[in-house]
Amino acid sequence: MNGGFLSDAVYWSRRYPLGVAGAVIMIVFVFAAVFAGTVAPLDPFTTNPRASLAPPGATYLMGADMMGRDVFSRMIHGARISLAVALGATFLGSGFGAALGLSSGYLGGWFDLVVQRVAEVMQSLPLLVMALVITASLGPSLINTIIAIAIPLIPNVARVIRSNVLSLREMPFVEAARATGMSEWRVAIIHVLPNTLAPLIVLATAQLGSTILTEASLSFLGLGVPEPWPSWGRMLSESAAEYVRTAPWLVIFPGLAISLVVFGTNLLGDALRDALDPRQRD
Amino acid sequence: MLSYVIRRLLLMIVTLFGVSVAIFLLLRIVPGNIADILFDSAGLIDPAEKQKIVVDLGLDKPLPLQYAQWIAGLFRGDLGYSYVSEKPVIDEILPRIPITARLAGIALLFAVCTGVPLGVISAVRQNTWLDYGLRILSLSGLSMPAFWLGLLILMAFVHFFGTIPIYEREPATYWAWIQMLVIPAAAVGFRSSALIMRLTRSSMLEVLRQDYVRTARAKGLSEGAVTFDHALRNAVLPVITTIGVETAFLMGGLIVTETVFNIPGVARFLVEAIRWRDYPMVQNLVMFIALVVVTVNLLVDLTYMFVDPRIRYGG
Repeated sequence: MNGGFLSDAVYWSRRYPLGVAGAVIMIVFVFAAVFAGTVAPLDPFTTNPRASLAPPGATYLMGADMMGRDVFSRMIHGARISLAVALGATFLGSGFGAALGLSSGYLGGWFDLVVQRVAEVMQSLPLLVMALVITASLGPSLINTIIAIAIPLIPNVARVIRSNVLSLREMPFVEAARATGMSEWRVAIIHVLPNTLAPLIVLATAQLGSTILTEASLSFLGLGVPEPWPSWGRMLSESAAEYVRTAPWLVIFPGLAISLVVFGTNLLGDALRDALDPRQRD
Repeated sequence: MLSYVIRRLLLMIVTLFGVSVAIFLLLRIVPGNIADILFDSAGLIDPAEKQKIVVDLGLDKPLPLQYAQWIAGLFRGDLGYSYVSEKPVIDEILPRIPITARLAGIALLFAVCTGVPLGVISAVRQNTWLDYGLRILSLSGLSMPAFWLGLLILMAFVHFFGTIPIYEREPATYWAWIQMLVIPAAAVGFRSSALIMRLTRSSMLEVLRQDYVRTARAKGLSEGAVTFDHALRNAVLPVITTIGVETAFLMGGLIVTETVFNIPGVARFLVEAIRWRDYPMVQNLVMFIALVVVTVNLLVDLTYMFVDPRIRYGG
């Protein structure tokens, strides 16, 4: 593995062909999101009444929407929203979840009991229902959408990390660290936490896809990211059932983008799970 | 055994109590109550009239009292009145339940009937093109938003029949029944089917590696007998445990699919109630959903105990 980048790429794509395909999809997606301003041919917010519902053509590659905005440019800018929500919600949810899981697994006692019960309460509501109620309470905005999707992720992460911590704290190397006179918190942070990183990364990647889907559903229902942000879910919401008849391109392209990106995260997630968490390999 | 059931029932009550407190507080930390919203949208400005609405709805009372009244009402079967239609909440919710229940039932049936066999095929033919194809199919099922699949189906309808199916309470023909129930149910069930397929595949692969499967092969049983009598029976157990997860998963799909196909079930009704800020409706609907999920989880655990003789819970 010292032949440089190219031979590395060949090695990985032989070993995890689907995972590399997922990584390529994600790279294209992140590239579109980061350089949206340069890549998009037209301004995503400029309306043009004359181009209302224009079919795909030379100027409007993927057609134009009701207000005559370029669908292709809105799709590219929409990648930003999806990426922001996916990363934001996953980081927030996994961060809080890991902290709670680590401390409840480590401290045990009444704290653990309370965390467990709260997690049970949260898991008795489906992700979308909980996100819907939280956005209803907070009001629609990009930040609130991220928070509303992050909160339902917490209990699942907390549970996985907790059970991991419970088995780790009995390990000989943890006991050895304790025997050298390290404080409990130092042991927890220096020895236990790094060993929970692999399952945490696997779990977080697996959740990227569901955060993107949940944002799309919330925005589709009109309760997620508000106008004029070009969210893919939102692009499908405005009387999509009507466009099925009159302007199919408004329905096909945003949905395709959502599916492709989530497909990419799923491929990547599976490959990471195989590589980092051999116990779950199938 | 009995004490296990009792303990589980008690925990279930604790969970539902937690849900009720959480949803109650969540809907009341919002700045501005329904009276403000009614006034903003209607453009009325008479403060005396507004005060009257606040008093009528009991919004001037302290929160613990409002909560206690709601819970006391729940036990009497009195869920309060909708802010929007002004009808009793229970009369609005009850007729919509069978619609969603039927849809969910057909969806789950579809998911199990396709997911389990395809998962088995995928495992038995591991690392062949068939396996890759099926894995990509299940992964795309998990990647597609349920509402988009619904929209694509509507698009196919427009293409082949020139119209979109319209929901009727009493479908006249079998074809209408299929259009309005079976097709949306399949659209919802596709995602669950993909999930079941994945679970069945990995659980099947796990079992196929066990010693007793090798023994079965060694004593000369046919491959079919090994797969179905020895492997599948053990492989479906973990799949059963996830039915609880499936139910929660299905609920998300039902919300958007009922919206796409314009089906007046409870799932879509939750979204409408949230849009209208019809809080008595929202809090009761959420309680209902939590009750369904928690009950299904309990039933799954109990069934599991009967199906798998190895499991005997303490007590």
